[in-house]
Amino acid sequence: MPRVSRNRRLELLGIGTAAGVFSGLFGVGGGTIMVPLLILWLGYDERTATGTSLAAIIVISAVGATTQAFYGNLHVDDGLLVGIPAVGGVLLGTWLQQRVSMRLISGLFALLLTALAVELVVA
Amino acid sequence: MIVEAVLIGVAAGAVSGMLGVGGGILFVPALVLVLGLSQVDGEATSLLAIFPVAIVGTWRQQRYGNVRLAEGLLMGALAAAGTVGGVALVNVLPAHVVKIGFAVLLLFTAFQMTRRALAPDAEPKPEEAGS
Repeated sequence: MPRVSRNRRLELLGIGTAAGVFSGLFGVGGGTIMVPLLILWLGYDERTATGTSLAAIIVISAVGATTQAFYGNLHVDDGLLVGIPAVGGVLLGTWLQQRVSMRLISGLFALLLTALAVELVVA
Repeated sequence: MIVEAVLIGVAAGAVSGMLGVGGGILFVPALVLVLGLSQVDGEATSLLAIFPVAIVGTWRQQRYGNVRLAEGLLMGALAAAGTVGGVALVNVLPAHVVKIGFAVLLLFTAFQMTRRALAPDAEPKPEEAGS
């Protein structure tokens, strides 16, 4: 692996810390925070920012899930039941990507997320 | 319950693979609304579900030359204090505050997706990169 300069380490510490807090608070990977910061601050292109944030999410999700386990909040069976099939879903999604309109999928996904936001607060 | 969990996983993974959005944005509401976990338990469990998705996603993107592995893993390791802090925080905040915060995150992501749907060049093709 290439060496990472001291200055770059500080920048990664800043972005990582912000993403970590966000991830712990919301149970998400933190890509929402990392991708734009890597692009705007460190000059990554969008694809490299997304790919590199995935590598960070491996560590962040492991640390977050382990910490939550100490609080007794982790449902290991449910997590594996959802997470293992999701790996197959990712492969399906990248295959579908070449075959359906991303514009349509983005629009439908936006509607779904809005409905979920309402249901979550109302339920 | 098992069938629902598996279907949710496949669907969340597919959206993640298509749109480059992390699985967590779907895992959390699915675990809470469909499997009946509390908000904080749903968030905790989502982090476990994200882990294998991130490994496979990194492996795939690595093949297209889109991952700076040393910097990514280092950033993840340096995030540890923030992550532990975020988890500690979510465990002391009132549940309804966490829920409303998460709903805002859902709406923000919906806004981003709407912008992408309406953009003139809204056909991202990450698979082409470097291949």
